[in-house]
Amino acid sequence: MTAITNDSQEKESAEEAYAYTPGLKVKRGITVSKTRTLPLPGEVLFKEGADVGFDTIVMRTEVPGKPTIMKVADVLNVKPEDMPAFMVKKEGDKVEEGEIVAKYTPFFGLIKRFAKSPTRGVVEAVSDVTGQVIIREPPTPVEVKAYIPGKMTKVFSRSGVVIETHAAFIQGIFGIGGERHGALLTVAESPDDVLTAEKMTPDYKGKILVGGSLITLDAFKKAMELGVCGIIVGGVRGVDLTEFLGYELGVAITGQEDINITLIVTEGFGQMSMSTRTFNLLKEFDGYEAAINGATQIRAGVIRPEIIIPHEKYTSRTEAEDLARGIRPGTPVRIIGEPYFGKIGVVVSLPVNLMDIETESPVRVLEVKLEEGNVIVPRANVEIIEE
Amino acid sequence: MSESKKRAMIWERDEKAILRLHKSEEKMDHILVTDVGSTTTKARLFQKIKGEWRYVLSGESPTTVEAPYENVIMGVQNAIREIEELTGLGILSEEGRIIKPHSKGMGVDFYCSTSSAGGGLQMMVAGVIKTMTTESANRAALGAGAIVMDAVAVDDGRPDHEKIDRIRHLRPDMLLLAGGTDGGTTALVMQIAELIAAADPKARLGADYKLPLVYAGNKDVRPAVQSLMKEKFALSIVDNLRPVLEVENTEPARMAIHELFMEHVMSHAPGYPELMKWADLDILPTPAGEGMAMQLIAYVEGKNVLGVGLGGATTNVYSVFDGKFVRSVSANLGMSYSICNVLKEAGIENIIRWVPFEIDQSTVVDILRNKMIRPTTIPHTLKSLLLEQAVAREALRLGLRHHKTIATRLKGAKTAHRMVGDMLEYSLKETYIEMMKIDIIAGTGGLLSHAPRRVQSLLTLIDAFQPEGITKLYQDSVFMMPHLGVLSKAFPEIAWNIFDKDCLVRLGTVITPAGTANQGEVIANMRIVMPDETLFERDLQFGEIIRVPLGERVKAKALFSVKQNFDVGAGLGKSLETMIEGGVVGVIIDARGRPLTLPEHDGERRRTLVRWFDSLDLYPKEFMEGWEK
Repeated sequence: MTAITNDSQEKESAEEAYAYTPGLKVKRGITVSKTRTLPLPGEVLFKEGADVGFDTIVMRTEVPGKPTIMKVADVLNVKPEDMPAFMVKKEGDKVEEGEIVAKYTPFFGLIKRFAKSPTRGVVEAVSDVTGQVIIREPPTPVEVKAYIPGKMTKVFSRSGVVIETHAAFIQGIFGIGGERHGALLTVAESPDDVLTAEKMTPDYKGKILVGGSLITLDAFKKAMELGVCGIIVGGVRGVDLTEFLGYELGVAITGQEDINITLIVTEGFGQMSMSTRTFNLLKEFDGYEAAINGATQIRAGVIRPEIIIPHEKYTSRTEAEDLARGIRPGTPVRIIGEPYFGKIGVVVSLPVNLMDIETESPVRVLEVKLEEGNVIVPRANVEIIEE
Repeated sequence: MSESKKRAMIWERDEKAILRLHKSEEKMDHILVTDVGSTTTKARLFQKIKGEWRYVLSGESPTTVEAPYENVIMGVQNAIREIEELTGLGILSEEGRIIKPHSKGMGVDFYCSTSSAGGGLQMMVAGVIKTMTTESANRAALGAGAIVMDAVAVDDGRPDHEKIDRIRHLRPDMLLLAGGTDGGTTALVMQIAELIAAADPKARLGADYKLPLVYAGNKDVRPAVQSLMKEKFALSIVDNLRPVLEVENTEPARMAIHELFMEHVMSHAPGYPELMKWADLDILPTPAGEGMAMQLIAYVEGKNVLGVGLGGATTNVYSVFDGKFVRSVSANLGMSYSICNVLKEAGIENIIRWVPFEIDQSTVVDILRNKMIRPTTIPHTLKSLLLEQAVAREALRLGLRHHKTIATRLKGAKTAHRMVGDMLEYSLKETYIEMMKIDIIAGTGGLLSHAPRRVQSLLTLIDAFQPEGITKLYQDSVFMMPHLGVLSKAFPEIAWNIFDKDCLVRLGTVITPAGTANQGEVIANMRIVMPDETLFERDLQFGEIIRVPLGERVKAKALFSVKQNFDVGAGLGKSLETMIEGGVVGVIIDARGRPLTLPEHDGERRRTLVRWFDSLDLYPKEFMEGWEK
């Protein structure tokens, strides 16, 4: 079985697309397949079948340097159409920072005006319309790491690779911070625990901490100070996140924050007990090295944050695929709307007719069995729990 | 002028489509239209019933343009299959294609579509002067249905390296370059052109194809632009959109944008080449379809219209004011994906001010963030519904504020014989949108269409836009304005018939004396003579809002006498006698004053809201008990 990660090549059938309400994946043992791509064509450093580690650099390329515009005609105080005649460097010439690009020395050199390059690079264009010269800076090298350890199963010529590994795979609902790896450490006693600053100790450095229902703002700040690699937790308060980031998050496109820690929230905003399945699975792999990425993008073509724990404990199984065919009686679901937000239960029935809910809207509903009894909720407000 | 002639003014029938007809217009009886939205693909089936074109029903399915599906066709087929299941009409062949024409209970006679999938048409515009050619370029791109990612100008205050950085990081679908009047500056136009060429922006849908660029600037610079840009871009040169400062001619640029949208952008999106083959008309960006629908209302009724499409990701505001059509898009104001951007821009206090029950700021932030990360959830409790409608008021308010910065008089234009007094007024009132002169407000989008009681969407629009005088309010019944907009390209009469009968919900008329007074002070007297001659007469006290039942398409005679410092449309202190039209909600008399303010004291504010909501029968009372305490 292959996880459908955000950049997987796998496709769903039309029928599944129709009926499938995707939930967050919580898988114990599957083949995780990650496609790694270069922003521009470049060089793939390994051949198909190679074994790679978390930090192995698998590809590299060069991104064209920044252009800098020099207003040469203005500097020389000549007309734009006359400016090319005073160029010392021509299109394609290399220049160093401070080197003379053009000079104007009339009256036997009594007046001397020079245009010096503000940067190292190549003269890309000389315009006799605007009197501008464009200097292109040297290209910037870009390297792409493997991110997960495993086997390189496919190479796309000069543009990308696919790496596969056997792993536990867990998706969060929201995250911040980019790709990292570290050893998992369960610091919460239960999925309801709150992670506070007092609980943070220096030996958490480099670890990925597994918390319970909430991490406080102070605890998050302390974790960052201590050099904690990542935090996985049920909930975080929206106001705390704003204070931590220093700005209000407008749309959920994350992963590029300039922070040295990755946060993965599994349930949502506010204090929310981590789902027992997620908590137990993370606890089971305590001490294992895991790859995490907080990158989240919530549009069609959703990207959810992920935790990938490579292991050899279980062989691939082909269970639970029927869940992907839609919600039916017996399907485990998480309720994702008030007044039962975060509660987990099992679908009892799916009434065919529309039903009026408290708001008076006629909507499609389903009946869910919770610990406290059966409840009716809009179908839009549940998600399948995939095991 | 007859209605059909008025419509012909804005709707140029696409004659190519008529040539492609599978059977003559008279013999057609089934039309299918889809809108491929960023989240949902919405199919609408229209049918000729007893000689009249009507909306039949809808099928909806998640859009499949992005991973893991990456084929828009799947979502379209799924939406159509829902229609098939509900009607028993077979539309798709065994190979999954639309059967055309309709014959023996199978297929449809005509199919067309709009699209905003994958974030719609995203453009960058550039010009020389920020408030002149760049502003015109911005309006042209918006009018074509684009989201404008950035507007770069020689004088926009950013150093060149910053502009270059910005352009390099944007990955637009298309560029529009303007600048200079014909015969005007050449050096400055080339300066911005060289900057764009140096930055070498890459297309969003892939670095390996040429980014389309429309040049609509000084015609004297065309050869230089051609030689600079033709290698790097798919260049299209059209008439200058500001040939002289006094004239803005955005139509050629708009048409070029639509052509390039089909040729370059759509044809690179996954599954679209196939969809383009299915469609009997060019695929239009969704907001372009919606904009055509808004223009239709304005032209048929001969009135000034303010329209809004309140979506999950974006808010589009349209105005047709004294015949001038302008669209603005607030790309990050929406009710699901972008709900937290409304929070960010409006501020939490402004959202909570519309909530009549006690709730702390931190809880509201968490609720909105949870909606952002799970955007397809719907309000289950009345409190969640109210909170979303509070956010909607702010999204609409901000959307209109943004619109007013786009719907401005042409800057730089010389006006002869302008007096000093005029100049002052001119600089103070940059926008020409005056709420007193807006006759109709029309809304569309999920939150408005799905409001459990129509009066809720009506009050949301009133609170956000704060109309003045006499204003009619319309709403899209089941989100089909874009569908009818694109259909009108081929069949204006069919589109109008469906629009009038099945799409436009006439909510009612709101009458608002503009001005301020002390709470409870009598500010006006009103007399409404109902069609059955019953008289509805009373004094209006400042601070109240009342609802008078008057049915859809029913008219009544009304007389308003207002106090000296109030204006109901005839001028300060002047009486107004007019005919007013009812709607599914009726007539609303809004004596809460303009600008609308809420008490600062929290308890008083909540009591005021509950009083207003009660007066309009806005929500089920059993769930509202104790809120104001």
